[in-house]
Amino acid sequence: MFAPRLPRLGTGTAWRDAARRLAHVPPSEVDWGWEDAGPSMFDAPLPEPRDFSVPKPFVSLAKLLVSERSGRGFTLAHTLLHRLARERALLSNRADPQVAEAERIAKEIRRDLHKMHAFVRFREMPGQGARRRFAAWFEPDHRIEEAVADFFVNRFGDMDWAIVTPEVTTTFEDGTLSQRAVPATRPDDGDPLEELWTTYYSNIFNPARLKVDAMRAEMPRKYWRNLPEARAIPSLIAGARGRVASMQAAAPRPARARPEEDAMPMDLFANAGSLDEVRSAARGCTLCPLYADATQTVFGEGPQDAPVMIVGEQPGDREDLAGRPFVGPAGQLFDEVAVKAGLDRGKCYVTNSVKHFKFVQKGKRRIHQKPNAGEVRACTTWLEQELTLVDPKVVVAMGATALHALTGAGQGILKRRGTVERTHDGRPVLITVHPSYLLRLPDPELRAAETERFRADLARVPELLDS
Amino acid sequence: MGKMTIQDKLALLSDAAKYDASCASSGTAKRGSRDGKGLGSTTGSGICHAYAPDGRCISLLKILMTNYCVYDCAYCVNRVSSDVPRARFTVDEVVWLTTEFYRRNYIEGLFLSSGIIKSSDYTMEEMVRIAEKLRAGGFRGYIHLKTIPEASPELIERAGLAADRLSINIELPTDASIRAFAPEKDPAGIRGAMGKMRLTGEDYSERSYKGRRRGRFAPAGQSTQMIVGADKADDRDILGNASRLYGAYGLKRVYYSAFSPIPDASAVLPLVDPPLMREHRLYQADWLLRFYDFTLDEIVTRDADGMLDLDVDPKLAWALQNRDRFPVDVNRAEKAMLLRVPGFGTKVVDRILKARRAGALSLEDIRRMGGRTRAAKPFVLAKGHHPSAVLDSADLRSRFVKPKQLELF
Repeated sequence: MFAPRLPRLGTGTAWRDAARRLAHVPPSEVDWGWEDAGPSMFDAPLPEPRDFSVPKPFVSLAKLLVSERSGRGFTLAHTLLHRLARERALLSNRADPQVAEAERIAKEIRRDLHKMHAFVRFREMPGQGARRRFAAWFEPDHRIEEAVADFFVNRFGDMDWAIVTPEVTTTFEDGTLSQRAVPATRPDDGDPLEELWTTYYSNIFNPARLKVDAMRAEMPRKYWRNLPEARAIPSLIAGARGRVASMQAAAPRPARARPEEDAMPMDLFANAGSLDEVRSAARGCTLCPLYADATQTVFGEGPQDAPVMIVGEQPGDREDLAGRPFVGPAGQLFDEVAVKAGLDRGKCYVTNSVKHFKFVQKGKRRIHQKPNAGEVRACTTWLEQELTLVDPKVVVAMGATALHALTGAGQGILKRRGTVERTHDGRPVLITVHPSYLLRLPDPELRAAETERFRADLARVPELLDS
Repeated sequence: MGKMTIQDKLALLSDAAKYDASCASSGTAKRGSRDGKGLGSTTGSGICHAYAPDGRCISLLKILMTNYCVYDCAYCVNRVSSDVPRARFTVDEVVWLTTEFYRRNYIEGLFLSSGIIKSSDYTMEEMVRIAEKLRAGGFRGYIHLKTIPEASPELIERAGLAADRLSINIELPTDASIRAFAPEKDPAGIRGAMGKMRLTGEDYSERSYKGRRRGRFAPAGQSTQMIVGADKADDRDILGNASRLYGAYGLKRVYYSAFSPIPDASAVLPLVDPPLMREHRLYQADWLLRFYDFTLDEIVTRDADGMLDLDVDPKLAWALQNRDRFPVDVNRAEKAMLLRVPGFGTKVVDRILKARRAGALSLEDIRRMGGRTRAAKPFVLAKGHHPSAVLDSADLRSRFVKPKQLELF
């Protein structure tokens, strides 16, 4: 029978050393224990260490288990280690009773660590050095002082501090951490900030939502005596119902809210003097249902005296977010090709036939949907005002939707492209495809050829302007 | 009235901030101060440093910079027409409170919100100055700034560079309610600002050709909050709006906040106890939509008037209405179907998938892994278990509904 005894500090390293000697020994022949629990009846010298490898998840599991206060964690970690030699996939089987118990204890230790991160309360100590000094008292359930220290080192790097537990004193001075296993008792100090903190705690509490059990589940009573704010709990609970009742009883003030309405009153043509006025009227547009799901109206942009107006289909995902037309992938392609065709986008007015993004949501993605005839018709209100105010010499219809909105018929775009037709109000419309059509072509050769035709179409604009 | 102490201000300005549900400090960039040159660190999942008797976590110092406000939102305790006493923190006071609380391990950081004073830009800039001053002083804890949608893009960019998270509250589930209850707020403007925030974040996450970043813009992303129970919107409106917000703006969280009575309330609002169970069910449904592949139509059906069942959780409600899809064989079913079993969370499903390779699982095995077998039992086949007639019994639902507690004299 072997009986390794593990020290209060350096536990993890000591366990690992013993485990390398005992991995092949059946757990029934090993009596694990803490040094401070007294000597064992057995004292056979441990075998020589052997080298072997363990799966990564075991290393982190064992690190937690060795903090278990009763010493049961040592045995459990050894049992798993012993079985791992034959069952490499053991840890992925949470149905195994020993794995399940190890995970249950590990969870308890993790919770203990987490509660210590959360509930340590520092009090300021007098000091003369450049670094401020703080101290805290805490009573963890398990022997986690070594495992928890790094959290505080990383968090409170610019101050000196001490965390004292009944068994271990941890200090951090001038950037150096040290731990000593010495018994200590709870001090009685306070900190002047505790009153302010309790003020905050009491006021952030909403008496209308009293849920004492939920609080106690996460902040059990055993922690209360070391939490300054917990002294306020009884009076907060006692007064809660009364505070809510008095709010409800107080005479409510007269209503100032406006009646609910489905849509803003729209005055479409009252201020049709400038593009800016039309743009701001369009912000509240509810002429078709698309406004409900979209982010915002994406109105056209460009100089009011632009000789060329480019009309696309509708804003896409990026345009909807940015509130500007032609900024997404299709817009970028348009920009590239337009430069090659001798068109300066800065001198064009660019807009869409439909001003709101139409989409269906698939999970977290928004998939573009083609606007229907009713939506296009509703939105011509805005397109026609843009046409009137910009008064372009040439209009470019990109894609079937724009063609439909401008000429009243959108069929046969591939046959009509490259030709010039007339808008309702008699302006020349150069017809071409929408750049997103090019982006959807899977065959790179076909795509290159179609992009070239698109460029050739756009290149006709300057000649149309001259004629 | 005499000069207010910092304690008076803290009492007033934290009381006014408590109607914001969020207190999360999770999911931001990893930082620490082991170099000794600063204060604070961040952790993956955040830390709740205390719990108030309302059961809510206190992770951040959640305060308003000021509760003066030029807006008149009916649901808000700080609206201009309310008679509550007013106060305003200086930049230095907020910086001092945050770092001194932080040094004592009371908090993870700051959640700063504010009433609108003078102008949107003025208010936003004062808030940004607080965050920037904290960072300049070496503060590496968590900062959440409530963002004012009308503030200029330059200020929002500065806010995102100093803060971990930004949020704009959508406030109410429908545009019509926003116009009715918050007349100065513009729903399209709020959505536009959320869109802009997403695009700015994406710009910053792109690396230059040398692989460098220009900086990190709100690494913990953006969130929003909707008040539940102040207007007539049903759960379908609320969840539909939430999933649009998740999809369009990549929000990390939509918080649902049961409307609770406020002092000096406006008469247009229901001063009843807050609908806490409804709020809880909305969170459960939100989770099903985001992590369990449920669609909105499955969760809120038309025959329930667009409302979630308050007596049973939404997953159980779905299972009870779709009994033809059960029983599910825990030893054979695909992941997608296991996720639909009441009582099985995502973690338990992953454990089942791994463990069943080593042999057939019984209900007891699943209980040991953390599955809630009482809920799952009627809906699954397992080694040595068949639900037989239980699944078809007419009173299956009533087994899960707690009897209403009788009033005691």
